[in-house]
This record gives sequence, C-alpha cells and structure tokens, in this order.
Amino acid sequence: MAALLLEYLPIVVFMALATILGLGFILAAAIVAPSNPDAEKVSAYECGFNAFDDARMKFDVRFYLVAILFIIFDLEVAFLFPWATSLMDMPKDVSIFAFWSMMVFLGVLTVGFVYEWKKGALEWE
Amino acid sequence: MGLYDIAFYIISAITVLAAVGVVAARNPVHAVLFLILAFFNAAGLMVLMGAEFLAMLLVVVYVGAVAVLFLFVVMMLDVDFVRLRQGFAQYLPAGLVGAIVLLVEMLVVTQAAKDIRQPMVAELRHPENVRAIGYELYTDYAFYFQACGIILLIAMIGAIVLTLRHHPNVRRQNIARQVGRRREDSMEIVSVKTGSGVEE
Repeated sequence: MAALLLEYLPIVVFMALATILGLGFILAAAIVAPSNPDAEKVSAYECGFNAFDDARMKFDVRFYLVAILFIIFDLEVAFLFPWATSLMDMPKDVSIFAFWSMMVFLGVLTVGFVYEWKKGALEWE
Repeated sequence: MGLYDIAFYIISAITVLAAVGVVAARNPVHAVLFLILAFFNAAGLMVLMGAEFLAMLLVVVYVGAVAVLFLFVVMMLDVDFVRLRQGFAQYLPAGLVGAIVLLVEMLVVTQAAKDIRQPMVAELRHPENVRAIGYELYTDYAFYFQACGIILLIAMIGAIVLTLRHHPNVRRQNIARQVGRRREDSMEIVSVKTGSGVEE
C-alpha cells in the first residue's frame, strides 16, 4: 500500500505547492495591499456604464443541452480507456468478443449521435 | 498510525467538512464548489482503496462535467436568496426522517459488514486497475456494458426531446449553398454608356 501511495507523492507535493501559493497570494493581498474601499470601487463594474441588473439571469437552455451531450460522450470515451489498454493482452477469442462488444456499444451511441446531428441539436441559432 | 492512515483521516475529514459545507452554504454557487471539493476528496479515498481508475473517472466525469451541469442549473434557477431561506422549518421534519432512515441503514450495513470476512473487492485477474476492469467489463459483463450504452442513448435522446426547441424564422448559414455559389449566379457585368445609366 505504501508503494502505491508513494506513486502519488508528486501529486501531493503539487497540491501542497498549489495550496501554499494560493493561500500565500490571498494572505499577501490581504496584508500588504492598501485597502480603502468606497461605494464606487466595490460596486459591480461594467465597462463604461452602470450595471443594468444582476448577473444572475435565466439563460438559454441550449447551454445545458450542450453540457449534457458533452457528458454522454465523455462517458463514452471513459469506457474506451480500459478497453484500449486490455484488448491486446487478452486471449485471441476473448479479445475478438471484447472488440465487437465495444463496436456494438459505439454503434448504439452513433445512432444517438446521428439523431442529434440530424435534429440540429449541435447547431447554434 | 502509518502513512496510509494519516492520508485516510485527512482526506475523509476534508470530505465530511466539504459535505457539511454543501448543505450549510447560503450561496448555491458556493455549495456547488464545496461539492466539487467533496468529489475530489472522494477520488482521493478511492485512490487509497486502490481503485485508481475509478478515482480518475470521478475527477473527469463528476468534477469535469457533472459539476459544470450543477453550476448551470444553479445559475439558471434565477435564485432569490430571501425566498430560498423560507420554508426551512416546514421541510425540517421530512428531512430529519430521511436523515434518520439513512443513518439507520448505514449502521445496519456496517454491522453486517463486520461479519463478512471476504474482501470487499473481487479477486482480480490483473493487478493493474484499468486492465482488470477491461478484462471483466467487456467480456463477462458485456450485457451490462451494452445496457450502459442504451442508457446513454436514452439520456441523449431524452435531453434533446426535452430541451430542443427550434425557433422559427432563424436564418442559418447554409454552407453548401454558400460554397456552391458561383459568380455567374449573382453578378452581371454591364458596360454602361456614358450618361445613360442602367435599366433594371
């Protein structure tokens, strides 16, 4: 177990550095920088004119649709990783089955892809 | 206490604190950010269990995609902070019942798990995580794998059917027409006599 954890040592070092740097900048800004707030300085700034309204507003559901479609293909790619790494080491007959198993999976998702392409879900209006 | 234990306690403590933060944060955007922190630390716990591939998937899929979706939802909600805090007392009993049921279930499971002497993870045919999953998933569990594919297809079609509305009267770019257009279709060269102009 310790050997496995040692493999992750660079990530731990990296995260520690990131934390120290991030906290350092925030603390330095809080301590060193002059703080002299006034109503104009801290109000929301929109280039050249007063802000119209809150940043929170309803926006087009299309953004959401694009995000969902992205997640689905993200998962499809996630399924490809173990397949690609293990396929060549399998016994011949098993690897042929595994290959076609993935092809059917990709085929099913391609049906969905063709559907969304033809529906125009990827186009922006 | 070894290295492993220290890592486990640090990571699980951050996970629990982040989960509390998700519930307690006033601002929904902060709640989502706490949720992302909890996802990251859950990935760390999975690494400690030896499930490295699942940990990476958790980061790629949940942090990279699902958290973005949550942020979209939070931003789309058009949140009214004052109204959001109302009704806390009203929903408290139902929430408490749910929490107690969950707690009892978890206690029962941990009690039952004490009697099981088998390891939680099945025997693997390959020491490497990704390959071990690959050996099992596409062969013995091919039907479940195909079921995943069909569920993803349903999700894709469902999202499109639910949200896609074509606005009428939108002029789209027709690239084939644009590229196929030739000079003769739209231009005419006329030699005009001085002082006479061009007739339509």
